[in-house]
Amino acid sequence: MTNPLRDPRDKRLPRIAGPCSLVIFGVTGDLARRKLMPAVYDLANRGLLPPSFALVGFARRSWADEDFEQEVHDAVRAHARTPFRESTWQQLARGFRFIPGDLSDADAFARLAAVTRELDEQQGTGGNHAFYLSIPPRMFGTVAEGLERSGLSSAPSPHAWRRVVVEKPFGHDLASARELNTAIERVFPAESVFRIDHYLGKETVQNLLALRFANQLFEPVWNSTVVDHVQITMAEDIGIGSRAGYYDGIGAARDVIQNHLLQLLALVAMEEPVSFDARSLRIEKEKVLEAVRLHADPDACSARGRYRAGWQGGEQVLGYLEEDGIPASSTTETYAALRLDVSTRRWAGVPFYLRTGKRLGRRVTEVAVVFKRAPHLPFDATDTSQLGQNALVVRVQPDEGVTIRFGSKVPGTAMEVRDVTMDFSYGHAFTQDSPEAYERLILDVLLGEPPLFPQQPEVELSWAILDPVLEHWARAGSPEEYAPGSWGPESADDLMARDGRSWRRP
Amino acid sequence: MIIDLPDTTAGAVARTLVDLRDRYGAMALSRVLTLVAHADRAEVEDTIAAAVHASHEHPLRVVVATETDADRERSAGHRDRPHLDAQVRLGGDAGAGDVVVLWAEPWLLEDLASLVMPLLLSDAPVVAWWPGRAPQVPAQASVGQIAALRITDAAAGEHPLATIRDLAAAYVPGDADLTWGRLTLWRAALAGAVDAVATDGVLPDVDDIEVSGSVDSPSVDLLAAWLAIRLGRPAKVRRVPVPHLSGVVVRFADDTELRLERPQSSDLAHLSVPGQPTRPVALAPRDTPDCLAEELRWLEPDGVYGEVLRQGLPRVIPT
Repeated sequence: MTNPLRDPRDKRLPRIAGPCSLVIFGVTGDLARRKLMPAVYDLANRGLLPPSFALVGFARRSWADEDFEQEVHDAVRAHARTPFRESTWQQLARGFRFIPGDLSDADAFARLAAVTRELDEQQGTGGNHAFYLSIPPRMFGTVAEGLERSGLSSAPSPHAWRRVVVEKPFGHDLASARELNTAIERVFPAESVFRIDHYLGKETVQNLLALRFANQLFEPVWNSTVVDHVQITMAEDIGIGSRAGYYDGIGAARDVIQNHLLQLLALVAMEEPVSFDARSLRIEKEKVLEAVRLHADPDACSARGRYRAGWQGGEQVLGYLEEDGIPASSTTETYAALRLDVSTRRWAGVPFYLRTGKRLGRRVTEVAVVFKRAPHLPFDATDTSQLGQNALVVRVQPDEGVTIRFGSKVPGTAMEVRDVTMDFSYGHAFTQDSPEAYERLILDVLLGEPPLFPQQPEVELSWAILDPVLEHWARAGSPEEYAPGSWGPESADDLMARDGRSWRRP
Repeated sequence: MIIDLPDTTAGAVARTLVDLRDRYGAMALSRVLTLVAHADRAEVEDTIAAAVHASHEHPLRVVVATETDADRERSAGHRDRPHLDAQVRLGGDAGAGDVVVLWAEPWLLEDLASLVMPLLLSDAPVVAWWPGRAPQVPAQASVGQIAALRITDAAAGEHPLATIRDLAAAYVPGDADLTWGRLTLWRAALAGAVDAVATDGVLPDVDDIEVSGSVDSPSVDLLAAWLAIRLGRPAKVRRVPVPHLSGVVVRFADDTELRLERPQSSDLAHLSVPGQPTRPVALAPRDTPDCLAEELRWLEPDGVYGEVLRQGLPRVIPT
């Protein structure tokens, strides 16, 4: 049916999710408290959730619905981005339910099934339920099974839907990613599985697509004729903090390169999709990921490191091995850099350098497209000694924006050219009203619009790229150490120097 | 930072803005539009506050023009040229934009477009805004002629119901009124409710539509007009002594009804849809800064609003 109140010209009417519930497994976890529950509240506060929306928590706590409500209330008060409004809260709170139980407890799943049926009747959720697995991946199979056995995995009518949401990491190598996927897709069809990579919900990542495909200015230079190389950086200035249990054995490459950086690479390098629907975008991303090549010798195209103890910005910090819960025998890397090539006509001969790490100089995520030098400079060599390579930099976070770097004449009688930057900034203020990544992603799940969610083929292609390096590192012992607050180990600089290039200081 | 520029010209204000940028660095870059507001003297601070709020979503320059203080004018002494005082606000006092306030003699404001011309951002759209009394024909007002979008607020004037009808008569694509934006949440809630009514894909025929609300709120008329067009039935309007909107009832041919009702002095409305339990819906009245930010999101004519004014209002039946 076409709803007579909706009109494609009517851009003011927001896309509101239909009747549904969101069931969060692992609702006592950090992510649920800091991100998911506040995002649900913010969505409701922006009027994007229907009055029938219900939020169901599932965890091993002997809570009643009221205790759960209090818990959500505290999380919302502490972390929501929009102001607290009593009316929004009253609308939301009617749909709160809590299921105490263990993930492997069949009775708990039976209770969950009963609660969803009750919600369908009392709250009007219409048989539509999304299951958010905010739990360790090894439990995915157990939960999928529990959902299947209690009849929750299939919708009662063809109009209703069941969806499952999982968070990265999607496995720790190709084989385990396939295993995980089998556990889930045995129960849920591929199009009902939503893999959340919160980076892809960020405004700037989406702006990358607008920048490339809505403008005439950039696409003509977006190729190997003009581009020298591309640097994609995601740096954090903090250590692993309390995440030792998760991080050790995973490391920087699995944690960040496999998902965020390869997705960014795909968005930068892909061809223009025929449209912006999920399928067309995915086709282009898959194509370009398939074309990504790694040098045959992993040592020649990779670098890894581990932060040591020291002073960082006036603060004394621990080395990775001294962090709480890290065994002395750990060989996990906290810094990883890769050189990748994309074997397409557009990108032949243009290396993509990816790097990520903890305890680096500052927190920044950016994509820098570095251009070739002009083939001929009609100036004296001394006039242009300070002229670098032109660059277009998309800053994903913080201080979202786009910078273009080019040469300009220094004022004065002499002809001297030096680098300047032209800066477009979304500005701190500009983004404060724009939805947080999780808000956007949760809404997309409830609307069933998956353009920002990678599907299994992309996950597998990414692992296939990374696996040879990971295997090589596993055999190579401890990573090289780097000073906290620096930009990584020496081997990373060597990686660039071998190609006659150097890393930008972001 | 607030800088007063007494007895000046618009050109001098523009040069001051460039100077300040040179001296203190790029405080406001990447602005996307110039908002020219023609306000009463008493409305100046509210107008600036709303524009600063909107600037967080749309970095902008706002030029607020208002009548000069009569006492100031008398004390100004020399009369060899028209009197114009200005104030520039930048940085923390201006959100993500910059603010220029102009206090001008009334006859200067009649040709507002030429007064503000030096202050318009280059190559960026101009939006005209009358936060108080709306001009008879916004598109023919001086600043209306150079604006891509002309925003009025029928509810802010003295005769809101007459004003919205005058605006309907004068409508030219590119006109906008904040009364329409104040309805967005109600319209979204109703659209969602209609989705819920038609769970099996069929919406029953509509028999009767009734919108109730304040005796002087043009929003009531606009909501009724919109429903009348969209649902293909004339809509009744019932005036009740409450502020804003209070309820919508849509009766279907199969004797069921959809009700969305907001009790007085509550932000929580109740929605009842056939076959489903009554549920609370948060429907807080929206304030002007929010509505202004919404208007600036699309710098193009809102065809739906135009249709509601021109084809919808005649289908509204007062009761």
